[in-house]
Amino acid sequence: MSNNTEDTEQIKKIKAGDVRTASRLIRNLEDELPEAKTTLKRIFLHTGKAHVVGITGSPGAGKSTLVDAMISAFRKKEKTVGVLAVDPTSPFTGGAILGDRIRMQRHAEDAGVFVRSLATRGALGGLSKAVGDAVHVLDVMGKDMILIETVGTGQQEVEIINHSHTVIVVLVPGMGDEIQAIKAGIMEIADIFVINKADRDGSNQLANELMSMLNMAPAFPGGWRPPVIKIGSCFEPQTFNQSVDELATAIADHYRCLEETGLLGDRMKRKAMVEIGEALRDAILTPVLREMTESGEMDAIAERILKRESDPYTIAEEVAGRYLK
Amino acid sequence: MAEKRIRIMVAKPGLDGHDRGARILARAFRDAGYEVIYTGCHQTPEQIASAAVQEDVDLVGLSCLSGAHGYLFPRVVELLKEKGADDITVIGGGIIPDQDFQKLYDAGIKEIFTPGATLDSILDWIKNNLKPRD
Ligand code: B12
Ligand SMILES: Nc1nc2c(ncn2[C@@H]2O[C@H](COP(=O)(O)OP(=O)(O)OP(=O)(O)O)[C@@H](O)[C@H]2O)c(=O)[nH]1
Ligand SMILES: [Mg+2]
Repeated sequence: MSNNTEDTEQIKKIKAGDVRTASRLIRNLEDELPEAKTTLKRIFLHTGKAHVVGITGSPGAGKSTLVDAMISAFRKKEKTVGVLAVDPTSPFTGGAILGDRIRMQRHAEDAGVFVRSLATRGALGGLSKAVGDAVHVLDVMGKDMILIETVGTGQQEVEIINHSHTVIVVLVPGMGDEIQAIKAGIMEIADIFVINKADRDGSNQLANELMSMLNMAPAFPGGWRPPVIKIGSCFEPQTFNQSVDELATAIADHYRCLEETGLLGDRMKRKAMVEIGEALRDAILTPVLREMTESGEMDAIAERILKRESDPYTIAEEVAGRYLK
Repeated sequence: MAEKRIRIMVAKPGLDGHDRGARILARAFRDAGYEVIYTGCHQTPEQIASAAVQEDVDLVGLSCLSGAHGYLFPRVVELLKEKGADDITVIGGGIIPDQDFQKLYDAGIKEIFTPGATLDSILDWIKNNLKPRD
């Protein structure tokens, strides 16, 4: 038996970057197998080294195409890269087509790149529940950069801020995105704005609108004013790659700013609190719900509520009173 | 809740651009409740094997209508073995003459489907032959 301070064979392999072991652990975490949680506990203390970058934006905004180019940009700087690409699960069948990877397949044979597709499996907020866990696994593998591509839902995908150091919001001209962005509160989450598909009409106008919105912002935490970066058309490789290099530089600058201003600590702390919250929910609420479901109590309660004999709020208080002593 | 979900990769090896069948299959697998990774066309066996391991899929489905299956399919199986991933099941389909079947089976391709194969027959095969991982 190995004790807590000694690495298991599995953990040694992951630390050495073994793809098969790491990808299996991610899957076991996604499937919520108890032994995977045990491993996660052990590897957690080795995490916190990677720079995690979230990429969000409406469906078809060109996120995957951009991530593909970002991988190349970081590889040029000799950074290793892990990618978590999230696509939606069908609410009807529970199945999913994970298509982000198509755009990144040219990196498939590069040992310095690990791309993993994740289905949302019902999670809201544009991510999958296992994203946080998967980030830890890639981190322990030693990936320098971890890129997370959210589902393209356009709104309410602010969950990404709980997992990233740097959030990139990808906007496209001519989609009414600027208005969507304000509505969805996306202005507030962006550390860097990307205006994608610069071959489309209206990209200058969109850039100007964004700039003037930023000019109206009262102050920027840490003095970081989110840059607005125009990415050239992906069909013109030279300008495209040039602008993506510029983006890679801005990403590095942002991380340095976080470090220098102490904001990095704040973000890590926010992330830690979210993780504690999620873990508590798993540790407290999930077993209660399971017990109530298995005993048939849940069904009986639903009946009572249906007949208006009681209400969900009173029942929640009763149940809480029973469990929380 | 803990549940071992099945993940499937649909891949098109070689220079073949006939992707209609592969796309239809990807959709059918999704509708049957599987998580499907589609790699797109023009993949080398190396890219396919490497992606299959990164994605930790249970099944790789290869589609080839160009006639190059004789080299491409066995090569994928071989590479998976090299990566210690020979527990990943490999099946294939497309324009594949009957006389090639045995050679492909011998190379480790578990089943082959040709034009006219119904989606139900393919889904049934998966249901009956693919077990969640240990
Ligand atoms: C449509 C078609 C095209 C379309 C393709 C559109 C597209 N994006 O897919 C276009 C017009 C572009 C095209 C072009 C060409 N085609 Co064409 N094409 C066909 C055609 C008529 C139908 C193919 C099809 O879509 N079938 C419908 C799908 C659903 O069926 P399927 O892919 O076979 O899949 C089924 C099964 O095979 C199986 N299956 C297939 N893959 C897999 C994978 C797994 C994992 C599983 C479980 C099952 C499975 O399940 C599916 C459901 O039953 C066939 C003839 C035929 N009858 O097959 C010729 C055919 C495939 N084409 C052929 C040729 C030669 C060409 C060209 C080279 C022609 C040319 N000289 O320019 C080009 C090459 C294109 C390229 N880049 O590769 C030849 C191939 C000959 C060979 N292999 O020896 C065929 C057989 C015609 C012929 N009889 O000569 N083609
Ligand atoms: N015109 C133009 N099209 C682009 C550009 N970049 C990407 N696209 C196209 O936009 C479409 C969607 O690209 P993806 O990269 O898959 O977009 P995405 O945001 O990842 O999409 P989802 O993940 O489905 O939300 C594809 O057809 C791309 O070819 C660009 O710079 N200019
Ligand atoms: Mg995408």
